[in-house]
Amino acid sequence: MNFDDTPQEAEFRATARAWIGANAPKQYEDDLRKSSLGRTVLKNGNILEVAKAWQKKKADAGWACLHWPKEYGGRGSSPIERVIWQQEEGPFGQLSRMFIIGHGMCGPTMMAFAREEHKRTYLPPLASGEKVWCQLFSEPAGGSDVAGLRTRAEKDGDDWIINGQKIWTSGAHYSDYGILLTRTDPTVPKHKGLTMFFLDMKSPGVEVRPIKQASGASDFNEVYFTNVRIPDHQRLGEVGDGWNVSLTTLMNERSAIGAAVSTGFPELFEYCSSLMLDDGPAIEDRAVRSKLANWAVKASGLKYTSMRAISALSKGERPGPENSIGKLVAGSMIQDVATYALDLQGASGVISGEDAELAGRFQAMLLRAPGTRVEGGTDEIMRNIIAERVLGLPGDIRVDKDVPFNKIPTKGRG
Amino acid sequence: MNFDFSDDQKQLRDQARKFLTEKCSPKAVRVVLDGKAPYDKELWKGLAEMGFLGVAIPEEFGGAGAGHLELCVIAEEMGRANAPVPFSSTVYLAAEALLIAGSDAQKKKWLPAIASGEAIGTLALFEGKGNPSPKAIKLTAANGVLNGVKKPVADGAIADFAVVAARTGSSGRDGDISLFLVDLKAGGVEVKSLTNLDPTRGQAEIAFTNCKAEPLGTAGEGWSILTQVLDRAAVLCAFEQVGGSDRALEMGRDYALDRIAFGRQIGSFQAVKHMLADMYVSATLARSNSYYGAWALSTNAAELPEAAAAARISATQAFQHCAKNNIQVHGGMGFTWEFDCHMYYRRANAMALGLGSLTYWEDQLIDRMRKKNAA
Ligand SMILES: Cc1cc2nc3c(=O)[nH]c(=O)nc-3n(C[C@H](O)[C@H](O)[C@H](O)COP(=O)(O)OP(=O)(O)OC[C@H]3O[C@@H](n4cnc5c(N)ncnc54)[C@H](O)[C@@H]3O)c2cc1C
Repeated sequence: MNFDDTPQEAEFRATARAWIGANAPKQYEDDLRKSSLGRTVLKNGNILEVAKAWQKKKADAGWACLHWPKEYGGRGSSPIERVIWQQEEGPFGQLSRMFIIGHGMCGPTMMAFAREEHKRTYLPPLASGEKVWCQLFSEPAGGSDVAGLRTRAEKDGDDWIINGQKIWTSGAHYSDYGILLTRTDPTVPKHKGLTMFFLDMKSPGVEVRPIKQASGASDFNEVYFTNVRIPDHQRLGEVGDGWNVSLTTLMNERSAIGAAVSTGFPELFEYCSSLMLDDGPAIEDRAVRSKLANWAVKASGLKYTSMRAISALSKGERPGPENSIGKLVAGSMIQDVATYALDLQGASGVISGEDAELAGRFQAMLLRAPGTRVEGGTDEIMRNIIAERVLGLPGDIRVDKDVPFNKIPTKGRG
Repeated sequence: MNFDFSDDQKQLRDQARKFLTEKCSPKAVRVVLDGKAPYDKELWKGLAEMGFLGVAIPEEFGGAGAGHLELCVIAEEMGRANAPVPFSSTVYLAAEALLIAGSDAQKKKWLPAIASGEAIGTLALFEGKGNPSPKAIKLTAANGVLNGVKKPVADGAIADFAVVAARTGSSGRDGDISLFLVDLKAGGVEVKSLTNLDPTRGQAEIAFTNCKAEPLGTAGEGWSILTQVLDRAAVLCAFEQVGGSDRALEMGRDYALDRIAFGRQIGSFQAVKHMLADMYVSATLARSNSYYGAWALSTNAAELPEAAAAARISATQAFQHCAKNNIQVHGGMGFTWEFDCHMYYRRANAMALGLGSLTYWEDQLIDRMRKKNAA
């Protein structure tokens, strides 16, 4: 067991540090450091433009998508180098949030299932941030139950014609491409009739409508498809094998290892270290300390759990479903942390935005947190995954398993 | 960076697990639980023969000289097996105190005896209610003799010697405290067994009356030595707690697969599945924190105080959480003496207090984090 860098790792770290020191957009460092989950505000800059510029700069110098193969725009780095990079990139790493779905899910899915020529065409501009990708899975009728989706794809010569609707699609309003899960056969059980594609979001018939979120922001969208044409060579995997393809995407989503999940703890600790309560500094209050200690060990537990996963990965072991615990723990933790930070502010905690304590950092966190517990699989789905795939407990009873899709009931009541 | 045990260490774990599965079955644990023996002497002898008692004791003092990572591996297995032996008091507390502060002569006298299983040791720190603190120590040492009462003392009734914390000054500061080594078989010592939450590991009250004692470590440095001993023990106990958590989770999982209700395995009910998933989560977080503690312990890193407190809190919570929900999964059966669930529940709750309460360690953690942030 060893936490120190090997000589090679140390060298990598020094090179990365030097490059970041010379190239990062320092004028935004302070803004990035102070913003937190749910709220990245740059006082003098458009976040998308700044993010794209930083990504491009990294790509040109060989620092984008570190773990991807070089021929697709990556660096071919080890998982540990990736972590070292993240540590060194610090607050500037926040700028890559724009690209999480493309880099974390769409890219790996393309790598596993696209034709070689497509990989060489589409992956490098994805890595460099010039093109943004989104993931078109969820639908009004298929969220946790992704395989319940209804968007149809029908073969027409060498093309497929798409009709239907997606929902909650993050970043669709500024995306150039998307990976799309469709139903190609409604007469077989739901998991068997799905097929995956990638498409140009500017294709005729694609309409993106931003949704206003509970937090007030609009990061996700409804996407409508009306007779959208996708050439067959943009199919990912076999016809009817879309479920397997999507599992690759979801596995990558859940094991985006090293991508440290925000817990809100460092922010809360820092806050309590300076906050004065009626009878003294918050950090000296018994009750506050106890709360902090409880969250501290969760935050460190997550950190070292991901280090264990990285160690396993670097020995050639495959990431498994045990990585589901990161989001499960961090999601409800950040919600509780934000609630508590506001409690410490008393009545004034109700004020949000610029006028609030710390420019509304914890208020923004509170309003974004519910989404974290839903996106990429809800808490309940994460627990199912752990119980079934890690602990080997029986699967949920599925009443729709062997029923043709078009015979499955579609509404709970009425 | 490599954040895992080595293949050799994993092999040692397998070896320890195999040994304990054979020699420390729940049936064997029950002999002690039912009060038929104060501890499992056969097992203790076996542990000595396997070299487990002296695994972190240097060869020159009769140990295997392997190191603390190896001791962590064994600790985890001791926790899994719920071993009814004075392992934590002897190996984590007494031996570590000797390693940190003992003179050459003291080490030569006691460490080989620990490694060979001939001597059981303990730490006599507490004096009734409350957490570790220099102020709470009233027992006095003057002219080489001790006067006062310690309670509870883990394994006090079976121990051959104790490291005793005593007051040697009156400044009201840490420097008032010094440590002493006491041969408990000598005069001036009166020991009384106390009933306790976990009968598989005894607790005692020890009264010292003009009892002869030799200093351990420099006078006035008792508190700083104690802090180090407690930090080390916190990491080692955390591994026992992680082992116990895992075993409790495994028992719950196995039962959930076996037991049928409403025509289904109870493990197919989400309420039960999710309870077990949450047990897995807390056990995993505790394991990861403990690994960090193990690294800090084995390298004597500056991070040890913080890492030890985090491991301690996390593992205490996980073991309590897993042990109580294991009973819940077992339903009425879980509440019977006959099922083993309560043994882990007892151990979890007893261990939660042994080095000072959770509140105490929470306080320690925040203090240490603050210091680090200030530095
Ligand atoms: C911020 C945000 C961003 C998102 N971005 C994207 C995106 O980019 N692309 C995309 O495709 N999707 C995206 N999603 C959608 C997301 O994946 C779904 O919202 C999520 O999977 C849940 O599905 P649902 O909303 O239909 O809820 P439902 O599935 O209807 O769930 C409702 C409730 O029922 C519970 N439930 C459902 N099934 C079970 C079960 N089997 N056992 C126990 N409880 C169950 C759920 O846990 C939840 O509490 C995003 C969502 C959010 C909030």
